Amino acid sequence: MTQQRPRPILVFGYGNPSRGDDALGPELIERLREVMKGTPLVERIDLLTDFQLQIEHILDLAGREQVIFVDAALSLAEPFEFKLLAPDESISYTTHAMHPASIIKLYADHFSKAAPPCHMFSIRGHQFELGQPLSREGEVNLNDALGFLLKLIEGEW
Amino acid sequence: MTDSSKNKKNLKRTVIEPLTRVEGHGKVVLLQDENNRIKQVRFHVVEFRGFEKFIQGRPYWELPVLVQRLCGICPVSHHLAAAKATDMLVGAQKITPTAEKIRRLMHFGQTLQSHALHLFHLSAPDLLFGFDDEVNHRNIIGVINDHPEIARQGVLLRKFGQEVIRHTAGKRVHGTGAVPGGVNKSLTIAERDELLGQCDQVIEWGIGAVALVKRIYLDKSDYHGEFATISSNMLSLSGQNGELEIYDGTLRAKDAAGGTIFDGVDPCDYSNYLGEEVRSWSYMKFPFIRDLGTEAGWYRVGPLARVNNCDRITTALAEKERLEFKAIAGESLIVQSTLAYHWARMIELLYCAESIKELLLDDDIHGSELINKGERQRLGFGVIEAPRGTLFHHYEVDDDGLVERANLIVSTTQNNQAINESIRQVANHYLDGQELTEPLLNQIEVAIRAYDPCLSCATHALGKMPLQIELVDAHGSVVDRIEKRTSGDINHHC
Repeated sequence: MTQQRPRPILVFGYGNPSRGDDALGPELIERLREVMKGTPLVERIDLLTDFQLQIEHILDLAGREQVIFVDAALSLAEPFEFKLLAPDESISYTTHAMHPASIIKLYADHFSKAAPPCHMFSIRGHQFELGQPLSREGEVNLNDALGFLLKLIEGEW
Repeated sequence: MTDSSKNKKNLKRTVIEPLTRVEGHGKVVLLQDENNRIKQVRFHVVEFRGFEKFIQGRPYWELPVLVQRLCGICPVSHHLAAAKATDMLVGAQKITPTAEKIRRLMHFGQTLQSHALHLFHLSAPDLLFGFDDEVNHRNIIGVINDHPEIARQGVLLRKFGQEVIRHTAGKRVHGTGAVPGGVNKSLTIAERDELLGQCDQVIEWGIGAVALVKRIYLDKSDYHGEFATISSNMLSLSGQNGELEIYDGTLRAKDAAGGTIFDGVDPCDYSNYLGEEVRSWSYMKFPFIRDLGTEAGWYRVGPLARVNNCDRITTALAEKERLEFKAIAGESLIVQSTLAYHWARMIELLYCAESIKELLLDDDIHGSELINKGERQRLGFGVIEAPRGTLFHHYEVDDDGLVERANLIVSTTQNNQAINESIRQVANHYLDGQELTEPLLNQIEVAIRAYDPCLSCATHALGKMPLQIELVDAHGSVVDRIEKRTSGDINHHC
């Protein structure tokens, strides 16, 4: 399939933009996109959103140096958590969606090599009902998360 | 009929609650009688509430984009159903050939990728390894390890379907391709060539997928033919000449023996033929065929219904497979086996692959006449065959174009009663006394999964459980509980 050459860093936010704090992942991507406009970051970073992770997303990891998955999380201390992901050997298939740790395991098995370093960036959310906007707490956490991410990608990476 | 059980206060309850990190809090309640037989099953998908409220008050021109957010599993189906309804609202009695073919292409791409996901990610582990295989092996990783080529095809089929969607809808997700009265883009030659170059391979994989499922099914045809099998009516769209049709057409319903209940019904008249029963214990409505009433009028939708109901398939390879499929029904004319959903689904995948190639070779997809309009209307209906079954969108708008009333009937809602019945059949087979076991959990999962129910409405949050079963006795006390975590680990609390 014809693909644009992947940039070194992929930031992949997922969630439903119309379900309250489930939008934290895609919303962070949209705000990051605004911040990146006209800066050198656009040459280094690809931004991607989807409702949820699926098996074909392993192909989006190919050719990257770093990948950051961004998602809302319920069981988490405020305001966010950033951690390196390890491949998940035990994988559930009850649901239509996958966890990032399963994606990198699937990547490794599919390509017969390790996935690029992947981090999980979980932002604490509070409400997930259809039609709701971001919660006040979610909005605060999102701003903190964006600041953290910008420092990270402008600095270390 | 599960809901007809009497003396409910004497029934024991078993609760199966798939609290996945993604899904819409679906759960299953099993009610036992004093002899430990399952008298009633209640399959809940509570996230289906609130659809109409979400839509009311919105301008109609936003609908095709807005409704994609109802479901992250099949957003394209909602996109197209809403677009068809808004065609009526803008008075476009017929859309242009380019618009129709681009939309069909988009829909074939979505159906192909949805069916591919179901086989390769969700049902292949059941089918390839057996229902009692170890949980930590019975998953996509197990498929990769043991059948790497099958797993690879699954990923690439998904990707191909996604690329068809991207080129026709404009984006991989949150597409804007279908608009009231038509589409906002056609395909360029370069886009066409990119997709066309992969078509033969995709068709070949489709042939292989049908062969795989058919072989597995027929290897244990007695067992597969009986597992979770029920006898039901079938509803689907069908084409002008009775052909398989997933984008347009008229409504056709057949009874369990293959007799016609109704046929050639204009989808706009759906409410004259289908009723929606409300039950106190569920947010979901229970659609039924009016002529048969609430007790006998429930029906199945989706691949099994479509392949059963149609007289033929317009693409050669899929039609050949349909004939083989129908042969297993014998004199009964209708294949009622629940696990035959998997087989029918792959026949449709092949049909989609062939149809995509046909459309890519049609010059109309490059046309410049994209939108038709006419005199604005207040009523709009959009009915489509989503991957999981018939999807109804019905809108009423005011003079300002704002939605006053919306009614959506999604496929999992229509299969709800059938899923209940299949679970009941399985539970009566495998539930022994009051002990919940992992094999029982597996069997119930397999039965539910055959329907490919869309429990997800795209909400998700880390840290929830994928499956929980509770057994509650007649006095309301929990006597047993079993949980399956996202990791696949089983926790059993007695």
